Amino acid sequence: MEQVPLTHVLFLSSALFFLGIYGFFSRRNLITMLMSIELILNSININFVAFNKYLYPHQLEGVFFTLFIITVAAAEVSLAIAIIINLYRKFNTIDIEDTNTMKF
Amino acid sequence: MNASTIVFYIVGAMVLTFGVLTVFTRKIFRAAVYLLLSLIGVAGIYILMDMQFIAALQIVIYVGGIVVLIIFSIFLTNQAGERLPTRVPKRMLFAIILPAVGLIFTTWVLANSFFTVATEAPIAHSVENIGRQLLSTTNFGYVFPFEVISILLLAALIGSIVIAMKSKKVEGEIKK
Repeated sequence: MEQVPLTHVLFLSSALFFLGIYGFFSRRNLITMLMSIELILNSININFVAFNKYLYPHQLEGVFFTLFIITVAAAEVSLAIAIIINLYRKFNTIDIEDTNTMKF
Repeated sequence: MNASTIVFYIVGAMVLTFGVLTVFTRKIFRAAVYLLLSLIGVAGIYILMDMQFIAALQIVIYVGGIVVLIIFSIFLTNQAGERLPTRVPKRMLFAIILPAVGLIFTTWVLANSFFTVATEAPIAHSVENIGRQLLSTTNFGYVFPFEVISILLLAALIGSIVIAMKSKKVEGEIKK
């Protein structure tokens, strides 16, 4: 059966990764920065699954790392949203240009 | 070019299109909806690679959990229909140059690299195989990272409750 070349999958994941990087650096709102981080983590998951499927199909390591990354992403998002809500209560904004109390 | 490769390119284009819209749109609620569609596309890519379990997890955790949580926090903090503020020009320069250079470099590396696709007999990515190896204590078992990650989840659960909790009692004591 003819397969998609591995480089095309890797190009898709790297394009998604750099989209996330662009969003992380260009956005001012904390929630949209969080969305960019989700894009980055998803591109990494695609990479792990693709390498597992194409290069090491007799092992399951890529699946496990994907599972762990999804778990860490869930934990990270719940903590980040708790912090964002607390920040909104204190400063009444979630714009990173306005919340600069701890900036040296 | 068979059917699954065509479906792969369509789904990949969908993922990238909605990713671009997520990053570039000026309305925050639309960004969340575009992120949801992009994550569904990633789940479709997992299904095309015969990883049904990962695709199901992607749908359940990302689409059902994380995006819903993000939408809730948008409603708690912003006016959802409001346009986002304009970007800072000084950071925009860095934000354009870094991903552009990175993407060009990565594409160059990918274009010049050759992967030899493995010829070993593939193991079935079934839930039974994944569960047996994930929870085995022998060689190549992943039971210790599994336990560590469960403790991490518990800590994140308690931590997010503690951080987001309103401290009413402390304020009351100060007022007394």
